[in-house]
Amino acid sequence: MSSHALGDHGHAAHAHDLHDHAAHGHQMSFIGKYIFSRDHKIIGLQFLFSTLLWFIVGGLLALGIRWQLAYPWSKLPILGDMLFSGEAGQMSPEFYTALFTMHATVMIFLVIIPILAGAFGNFLIPLMIGADDMAFPTLNMLSYWFMWPAFVCFGMTFLTAGHGAGSGWTSYPPLSVIESAAPASGMAQTWWLLGVTFVGVSSMLGSVNYMTTIIQMRAPGMTMFRMPMTIWGMFITAILQAFALPVLTAAGFMQLLDRVWDTGFFVAEGATANNAAAMSGGGQPLLWQHLFWFYSHPAVYIMILPAMGMVSDMIACFARKPLFGYKPMVYSISGIAGLGFIVWGHHMFVSGMNPVLGVTFMLATMMIALPSAIKVFNWLGTIWGGKIHFTTPMLFAVAFVSMFIIGGLSGIYMAATPVDIFIHDTYFIVAHFHYVLFSGTAMAVMGAIYFWFPKMFGRMMHDGWGKVHFLLTFIFLNGTFYPMHLLGMVGFPRRLADPYHYETFAHLLPMNQFMTWCAIGMVATQIIFAINFFYSMFYGPKAGRNPWHANGLEWCAPSPPGHGNFDFQPIVYRGPYEYGSPETDEDYYPQWHPPKQGESSGGEEPKPH
Amino acid sequence: MGKAKYWSIVYLMVPIFGVGLFVAAPALRMWLPADVSEHGHTIDHLFVFIMYLTGAVFVATECALVWYLWKYDSKSNPAPTKFTHGSHSLEVVWTILPAATLLFIAIYQINAWADQKLVRRAPVESVGPDGVRGTADDVPKAPIAEVTGRQFEWRIRYPGPDGVLHTRDDLLDVNDLHIPVDEELVLVIKSEDVLHSFFLPNFRVKQDVVPGMKQKVWFKAVKGSEGRSYDLVCAELCGWGHYKMKGRVTVDTQSDYRAWLEKLSFEQHKTSEPPPATAEEQ
Ligand code: HEM
Ligand SMILES: [Cu+2]
Ligand SMILES: [Cu+2]
Repeated sequence: MSSHALGDHGHAAHAHDLHDHAAHGHQMSFIGKYIFSRDHKIIGLQFLFSTLLWFIVGGLLALGIRWQLAYPWSKLPILGDMLFSGEAGQMSPEFYTALFTMHATVMIFLVIIPILAGAFGNFLIPLMIGADDMAFPTLNMLSYWFMWPAFVCFGMTFLTAGHGAGSGWTSYPPLSVIESAAPASGMAQTWWLLGVTFVGVSSMLGSVNYMTTIIQMRAPGMTMFRMPMTIWGMFITAILQAFALPVLTAAGFMQLLDRVWDTGFFVAEGATANNAAAMSGGGQPLLWQHLFWFYSHPAVYIMILPAMGMVSDMIACFARKPLFGYKPMVYSISGIAGLGFIVWGHHMFVSGMNPVLGVTFMLATMMIALPSAIKVFNWLGTIWGGKIHFTTPMLFAVAFVSMFIIGGLSGIYMAATPVDIFIHDTYFIVAHFHYVLFSGTAMAVMGAIYFWFPKMFGRMMHDGWGKVHFLLTFIFLNGTFYPMHLLGMVGFPRRLADPYHYETFAHLLPMNQFMTWCAIGMVATQIIFAINFFYSMFYGPKAGRNPWHANGLEWCAPSPPGHGNFDFQPIVYRGPYEYGSPETDEDYYPQWHPPKQGESSGGEEPKPH
Repeated sequence: MGKAKYWSIVYLMVPIFGVGLFVAAPALRMWLPADVSEHGHTIDHLFVFIMYLTGAVFVATECALVWYLWKYDSKSNPAPTKFTHGSHSLEVVWTILPAATLLFIAIYQINAWADQKLVRRAPVESVGPDGVRGTADDVPKAPIAEVTGRQFEWRIRYPGPDGVLHTRDDLLDVNDLHIPVDEELVLVIKSEDVLHSFFLPNFRVKQDVVPGMKQKVWFKAVKGSEGRSYDLVCAELCGWGHYKMKGRVTVDTQSDYRAWLEKLSFEQHKTSEPPPATAEEQ
């Protein structure tokens, strides 16, 4: 393998860049430094703050959904009088469809995807591989600034009449195409499509950059198999983005054309709704579903592989033990990525797709549960025989494992096609993806914020309040999402503004009220986090370079790292998980420490080479 | 008991409440709804089978997690880190075991799926002289009704006395589907505008209806379900009124069913004698 040559190349590029930065570093204005910055760390933080703000929006939208499910057609607290003064403050069913559409849209496209790749990918990739910046800093800046048109477009969907797009985050035609089928959506649906397109451009720019940076700019000695799992997660994610996204972008344009110029890619011959004039059609509604899920199934892995990587790093660090089965871990995320391209049809088992085709998708889907299982076993293996430190990031990382087990296992029910006949489009699915995405990814992200906060801002977050934040979040999230499995077993359908007039579901109201109060508690708990975050940014104790005694290269840079990241050229001597190695007296053995027997590795002030 | 081990206890709550809630579920009336179809038990059986299997894996992995967290807590565990990078044989074991299990589930369920969805397994009837099904003179069974989804109602069309859909003697109805008990029956489902999904929770039937496509669903209401009606739910988002796109399916005895059709026929075509009052109207 040519990793050595690559490492050398990275070295040369690095030295050259250092020179460049020294020449231009001084003329930087505030705007150049913090607004239109080309520094990966600033861009990462821009992504972080933007996505956390959208996280609040998405959370409040969720509370709107939960309110309606707990107290259908009652007065919406706080906003009701403002939005629905004519209806005594009670939300309209159109508004309900807009709520769940925009909740999912915001959470997926403006929170989870950009916080993983945009915030953590940007901040961590160069630091963890020992590069001074991304390969293409300008592209990187653009990848952030292309999020703004998306913010504006999605913002516009709220402002247009009817309060938002209402075809679900999946935007299935004909509902999303035929105007008269959803009059309230109006322009909002068009804005929605434009928003998704801009998010796609942003992701694509990021993904090209991440792939190039990881392949080309690794520090000397950083072979592919010495990369931390976080980097592997980001790398595979970038590849997934690059191959899957064009399909969504193209499909999005087709749907846009269908809406604006009646091209009819996705509507059948003579399509109509609400007694409107028939369209010429000639297309197929199922075509959209294929194209959409061809992107969006890989996208669910885009939403978890980086989180799995970060969790692996945190668990190894706080178990003070090497990651169990590093290579199997790498192979399993690669396996997930590969299989991830041939399972999209499991979202369409009962869509009208050829049922024989459904069988092949079922087989592939069953198999994709395998690498997920392997990863869980290896995390357990990592914890086994370690010396576990229950810091806040560790609590969140372990929660990820515990919750991902639930989300992975519920996937098997839905992969079993006959069972899916019953549970498709019920709350069982809602339970499944909240366990993988919220209880999984969002917990990993929380842990990662506590873990890398000292590197981002040079100060520690408060551990005690972090634990309070963890405990309450963990309890409330299970209170909110776990009962959804049971609702799904009854057949409780998703996306219904009021399911209780069905005889089958009438008795489920009290459980829904319980879940709503847990959700309110969960959102309220995040206030603790917000205060801790901002207080620690300014007043937290100074962190030093390596507060967790971790092994990764990012911990040899100053906290926060200056422009160009490292004040010496890091050279990598070993893998990232040498915790508890008998070769040193310390219980860690950083990647940048030269292998001298008996050398004291204080870690705070690495020696230049 | 060592200090600070309470964090392991937090994670122990996951398997305890996780299993506990499922144990309590039937008492909370949160279980698979009553099944009145003939094929439904295969789906239910598969669900419960997967539930026990995944339940065992869930309990085992969560307990292992808690046990390791408990045992290897740095505050109370004096032993040094077990310095290992993994184990090839363990990886092989925990790859092959789940792979075999998953493959088994996959193969185990294919037939149930095919029976429900493959059109060539739809019910047939014999038109030939032998009157025996399974011979060359079989034809697909004629649908007893066509159900059309439309924002936001289910329009139902019975073929009428001639047994042929879309002829002048068709009988029309909205949101109120009647079916005969104990008879394998076929329905044609389609959509007039956007996507909907034809979901009968108590019959374990779900199929999206797609504009431009005509699909068949087939099932059989078991003996004992007659005289009751069941929910027909739209399970695919179809617009603002999606939540209220509700229908009812009433299972009739053969004679009630015929009476029902005659009543419709009388109302719509004034062709037949006024039907005798049915139980519902008394
Ligand atoms: C163990 C592996 C997994 C299996 C076997 C699996 C299987 C499935 C299946 C069959 C569905 C479709 C269910 C239906 O609509 O009827 C589904 C939906 C979904 N899965 Fe998974 N899944 C797995 C892991 C994941 C992961 C890791 C994520 C995300 C990080 C994820 C996110 C989702 C989402 C978001 C949906 C629903 C999308 C929607 O309809 O809105 N899944 N999964
Ligand atoms: Cu999927
Ligand atoms: Cu509907």
